[in-house]
Amino acid sequence: MTDTHGTAHALRAISNEEGLDARLLVDRGTFRLDVSLRVAPGEVVALLGPNGAGKTTALRALAGLAPLDGGRLLLDGTALEDTPPESRPVGVVFQDYLLFPHLTALDNVAFGPRCQGASKAEARTRAAEWLDRLGLAEHAGSRPRRLSGGQAQRVALARALATRPRLLLLDEPLAALDARTRLEVRSQLRRHLAEFEAVAVLVTHDPLDAMVLADRLVVVEDGRVVQEGTPSDIARHPRTDYIARLVGLNLYRGEADGHTVRLGAGPGVTITETLTGPVFVAFPPSAVTLHRDRPHGSSARNLWHGEVAGLETHGDQIRADIGGELPLAADLTTVAAAELGLHPGAEVWATVKAAQTHAYPV
Amino acid sequence: MTVPRDKSAAAAETLGGAPRRRRGRAAGRGAPLPLLVPALIGLAFLAVPLVALLVRAPWRSMPELLTSAEVWQALRLSLVCATLATAVCLVIGVPLAWLLARVEFPGRGFVRALVTLPLVLPPVVGGVALLMALGRNGIVGRSLDSWFGITLPFTTAGVVVAEAFVAMPFLVISVEGTLRAADPRYEEAAATLGASRFTAFRRVTLPLIAPGIAAGAVLAWARALGEFGATITFAGNFPGRTQTMPLAVYLALQSDPEAAIALSLVLLAVSVAVLAGLRDRWMATA
Repeated sequence: MTDTHGTAHALRAISNEEGLDARLLVDRGTFRLDVSLRVAPGEVVALLGPNGAGKTTALRALAGLAPLDGGRLLLDGTALEDTPPESRPVGVVFQDYLLFPHLTALDNVAFGPRCQGASKAEARTRAAEWLDRLGLAEHAGSRPRRLSGGQAQRVALARALATRPRLLLLDEPLAALDARTRLEVRSQLRRHLAEFEAVAVLVTHDPLDAMVLADRLVVVEDGRVVQEGTPSDIARHPRTDYIARLVGLNLYRGEADGHTVRLGAGPGVTITETLTGPVFVAFPPSAVTLHRDRPHGSSARNLWHGEVAGLETHGDQIRADIGGELPLAADLTTVAAAELGLHPGAEVWATVKAAQTHAYPV
Repeated sequence: MTVPRDKSAAAAETLGGAPRRRRGRAAGRGAPLPLLVPALIGLAFLAVPLVALLVRAPWRSMPELLTSAEVWQALRLSLVCATLATAVCLVIGVPLAWLLARVEFPGRGFVRALVTLPLVLPPVVGGVALLMALGRNGIVGRSLDSWFGITLPFTTAGVVVAEAFVAMPFLVISVEGTLRAADPRYEEAAATLGASRFTAFRRVTLPLIAPGIAAGAVLAWARALGEFGATITFAGNFPGRTQTMPLAVYLALQSDPEAAIALSLVLLAVSVAVLAGLRDRWMATA
């Protein structure tokens, strides 16, 4: 949390006038959300977190669909806490889009401008422009159920953008798509978000979506911000197990003393950095080498004993879940796994070169 | 492949057991007599009276009977009043259904029970209650009379009021059910696009629940068309003013049974037409 506030202070200068400055407090008895967000115009921020972390609650609070129990919500310097959703300059792309089934794509997009007081003809002209911009001109007359998932997603985006929002919210924008469409829609969405000049906040539990679409990630766990930063920063310096697992790293917290990090009562990890005090140590599963017998003459500085807890196929790789003095994940080829005769319960020795670990202060 | 094989094996077993029965009874395979007999009696109980109506109908004199001025007068009055009553139900019933489905308020369960009461209340009681409320000396009717000069009992407007009173629950229950099944998040989506709650209702919710409203309106209309007890109690039986078809049928039965049958056939035809119109909605699901 201290780091969060540090970043927030650094951003204050640009966000006091323009953009989003929010502290969202929602108290639901057993669940408490407390998330601070500062987003500059033109910036895309992803709220990333596991299911039930409070991301969608935060999004609904920003849209005015869920009441705030405290905090503040400033958009371009205007307080919006008590403004009903229909009066907020906020556009929402819902997870399952919620396109009105009885209206054509064109009339779905024209709905917002109509509500804002445009005449029917004017609203339709504006809607047609948006559909055109998103490459949907030939689907203007289609009802939502005749649109593919990717098309429906773009209509939903056009509908949200047609109200000219100052804050665009996207709730799991790619979750409803199948894997193949997802890839294509993700890159399109990235382009459209890059063109958007106001604040964009998206919510996702998919790290890849977050990293591709957003300039900055805000990781939320249990209703609190646990880390925020650029995607590459977070990938290199994860601060919680959840993030480390997301970005595919083995992550440990311990006390550093020179080139050694002591992990509680457990074993030590040798690192190349010279550090003292509490640190995180991380290394990717691909940096781990597994042996059936205790290796002799290995140049690797880190050697731990354990046993295979599980095996999982990832493409042509196998990820081994190793339990023991230092629980870790190791990647190896199917051939290597067969040669080692790995099976759950098998005893193994794991080695990691100090040069492949990465340590940083907590 | 194992699953289909298992299935066919099971099917073969059933078939193996079937021939014994099939020899005895081809169609009624598996329907035990203690269920079949009452079921057929039940079917006959519902069908025979309708068949009797058709058999005893004075087909030869029918054209003459149905073209008489009184019949047309009663039929027209019935159609007009039932339609107006349905309109009244729509105007006040749909918002009431929305209130029950979308707004949390204390005593909602009680209000819902109150709304459904006319469904089980004997219509005559409804008529008496309407007289006590809207009659010339009723708690509301007195003011209506003295302030606006409006008198409802024993007028055509009274017929509409009585029919709407009895038909409203059908509409409210149908619309409320549809509203509960409709996804309220569409209203939220409309709100984020700048729609006030009323605009969202008018432009999003209403079109979404239109099929439920239509079904409720047809039910309410059919109920209003057949209304007898509340109408005769509250509005009386004045030909051309308050004498609707059911009242005309009842009256005709005492003086001219053939005319009563002819009028009944007209109402039967209307009912069958309504059922045919609702076929897609209810009979298809069966």
